[in-house]
Amino acid sequence: MGDYIVIIMGSIFINNIILAQYLGACPFVGTSKKMETATGMAGAVVFVLTLAGVITWVINTYFLVQLNIEFLRTIAFIMVIASLVQFVEMFLKKSIPALYAGLGIFLPLITTNCAVMGVTLLNVQDELSFVAAVITSIAYALGFGLALILFAGLRERIDLGRVPGPLKETSIGLVTAGMLAMAFMGFRGMV
Amino acid sequence: MAKTISQEFKKGLWEEIPPFRLVLGLCPVLAVTTTLENGVGMGLATTFVLVCANLLVSILRNVIPPKIRVPCFIIIIATFVILVELLMQAFAYGLFLNLGIFIPLIVVNCVVLGRAEAFASKNKIVPSLADGLGIGIGFTLSLGVLGALRESLGSGTILGNPVFGPNFQPFEFMVQAPGAFVALGLLLCIMNILGKK
Repeated sequence: MGDYIVIIMGSIFINNIILAQYLGACPFVGTSKKMETATGMAGAVVFVLTLAGVITWVINTYFLVQLNIEFLRTIAFIMVIASLVQFVEMFLKKSIPALYAGLGIFLPLITTNCAVMGVTLLNVQDELSFVAAVITSIAYALGFGLALILFAGLRERIDLGRVPGPLKETSIGLVTAGMLAMAFMGFRGMV
Repeated sequence: MAKTISQEFKKGLWEEIPPFRLVLGLCPVLAVTTTLENGVGMGLATTFVLVCANLLVSILRNVIPPKIRVPCFIIIIATFVILVELLMQAFAYGLFLNLGIFIPLIVVNCVVLGRAEAFASKNKIVPSLADGLGIGIGFTLSLGVLGALRESLGSGTILGNPVFGPNFQPFEFMVQAPGAFVALGLLLCIMNILGKK
């Protein structure tokens, strides 16, 4: 049990997927201009990343490794993620329309979100057990959501201030993200 | 088709240089630019995938049904990414270890999919090749500049050779995650100032 708590804290704060591992930077910059889009994206990522973590672990262990075709991992994982995103989209549209209305437009974007692909590859690289892989995936997804929502809050504030011309928009956003990453480095003392 | 081949090539070097003008494909930009060598290596690997994927997408553009084009593009891109991965493992093992999971992650680099979707699927073979090559070289240049900046300030070296003399105290900040974001943000600011003139 203690191990899992270390995994959760480590994945959310210390090895935060965006601010320490540099994964998922495109949606981090792209969808953080407004709080609503940020929460939508965060929700969609938590949903898909958890499922992707489970499915890719099963495929890797029982299919790719058994048949000795690990070199096809990249293509197999991206196909799993792409079809998973399609499936989740159709499923939500039919059965939970309210959730679909909230997450809808963010789901297709997740296919090219390197956080999802990156976490599934990291799980394989670290040779995690099934339970550990699932917990890691959820914790990384929560870390992604946390960083994205914090960053969106900061950017909404920055919009109210007077920013020098050339630094506007993405430029000041990236510098702010640097400051946020510095704050997250402070968590390294925890474990 | 007013633009000539050389214009298609050149636009990737300044007008649409990723990741500054097209803010896409940020993950490798932030992650692997701790040294000049890694940055350029990553840039060349991405260029290879971009050119090959653009070529194949352009050849097949009338065969691929529009409704399932994105999965088709992804399979094409993933094939070339696996090729790069295996080639690097064989011929550039040190670089392969340094870049780690960011080589398979070229497959989700939005620059590559973006060019396949926005350009190669609508244009003839030669312009698509020029476009892929231009954007790829632009991407390599950006990664090289950022890599050189972060390596020289963060470790005081360029390609492993000391540049500031023995008394230089490296800013370790620059080779860590926060430095990556700040350096990219400031370069973007410089690009904005230069672009205005």
